[in-house]
Amino acid sequence: MSAVTDAPARLAVLASRVRAEEKGILDALEQRRIPVEQVDPRRLSAGVGAPVGPWSLVLNREISATRARYAAVSLEAAGTPVINSAAAIGTCGDKWLTSLALQRAGVATPRTVLALTPEAAAEAIERLGYPVVVKPLSSSWGRRVSLVRDPDAAQAVLEHCAALPAPQAHLIYLQEFIDKPDRDIRVVVVGGEPVAAAYRRSAHWRTNVAQGAGTQPCPLDDRLAKLAVATAEAVGADIAGVDVVEDRDGAMYALEVNAGVEFAGLQAAHQGRVDVAGVIADLVARRFRDLTKGGAG
Amino acid sequence: MSACPECATTVPTGAGLRPSELVECPACRSELEVLSISPVTFALAPEPEEDWGE
Ligand SMILES: Nc1ncnc2c1ncn2[C@@H]1O[C@H](COP(=O)(O)OP(=O)(O)OP(=O)(O)O)[C@@H](O)[C@H]1O
Ligand SMILES: [Zn+2]
Repeated sequence: MSAVTDAPARLAVLASRVRAEEKGILDALEQRRIPVEQVDPRRLSAGVGAPVGPWSLVLNREISATRARYAAVSLEAAGTPVINSAAAIGTCGDKWLTSLALQRAGVATPRTVLALTPEAAAEAIERLGYPVVVKPLSSSWGRRVSLVRDPDAAQAVLEHCAALPAPQAHLIYLQEFIDKPDRDIRVVVVGGEPVAAAYRRSAHWRTNVAQGAGTQPCPLDDRLAKLAVATAEAVGADIAGVDVVEDRDGAMYALEVNAGVEFAGLQAAHQGRVDVAGVIADLVARRFRDLTKGGAG
Repeated sequence: MSACPECATTVPTGAGLRPSELVECPACRSELEVLSISPVTFALAPEPEEDWGE
């Protein structure tokens, strides 16, 4: 199957799991009269040098990081632009690549070390000091992110990592613990514009909604907006959920960027005063119309 | 009307349902995935995998 040049442009939204976010985006695209196909990436395959599908633009909302990444790479290789780009998904899906991108762009982020073995990590922890945060390179929803307060806990966590079968689990990502209030901040940035922010508050030091944190609106002042926009830009994400923590002195640090941002909680916290799905649909609609105009010749 | 694949209870659905949407069975609380729209059919939703997230 090959695309015909004068065929009408087609937009796809990739998602194997349609959450409130995907439903909101699909509804918002239809309201904007953009014809959109919902595509389940569990049914996709890509051939070398062959198109993955007949689409001119793809919004990638796949929940599996692995499928999201390989779908994006394959689509781009066949000439189909993807939002977020394959490069952005690759960076956001790896905490170390994210840290390097933030450092390169001069974005404030906690002191971070990648140790290439658990043994090297034990030494690095002694240099970083306690408490220290240990994270899997590619976790999300706060899974297996540990706060290590003393050498005994460090030894236990590192032994656990060493015993895991995946070689990637033996790379140890270490981060200075930011003594934050009982919350962190999620900022949604779309097309380089800050959209809204929310506090995620929890009695537990991990403030992920997936770990039971509650969401409250957070004022998006200039300083927070600038940090979030610079962070999204650093990793090249058109649609970004930027995680920020503040220390006791009010200094702010970017932790990471979620390329498949979940925003239902943030939107509920703002009681409908922000429309993240609508803003995302506007960006996609704009890109889609640019393509259909520009791609006519 | 469409039945829960786990307990066969009829699961009510509203308008605007989409494929791959998640619905909870009111009887057994199983998480169901919409397989098709007309007629509406369900499968048990897959268990979250290690690489799922934002
Ligand atoms: N260096 C740190 N100092 C203080 N708290 C931290 C630090 N790193 C992470 N946390 C807390 O732990 C939570 C999970 O960390 P992180 O966001 O890095 O993991 P994740 O699995 O990628 O989560 P997600 O992608 O869903 O935000 C954060 O929301 C934050 O509250
Ligand atoms: Zn049931």
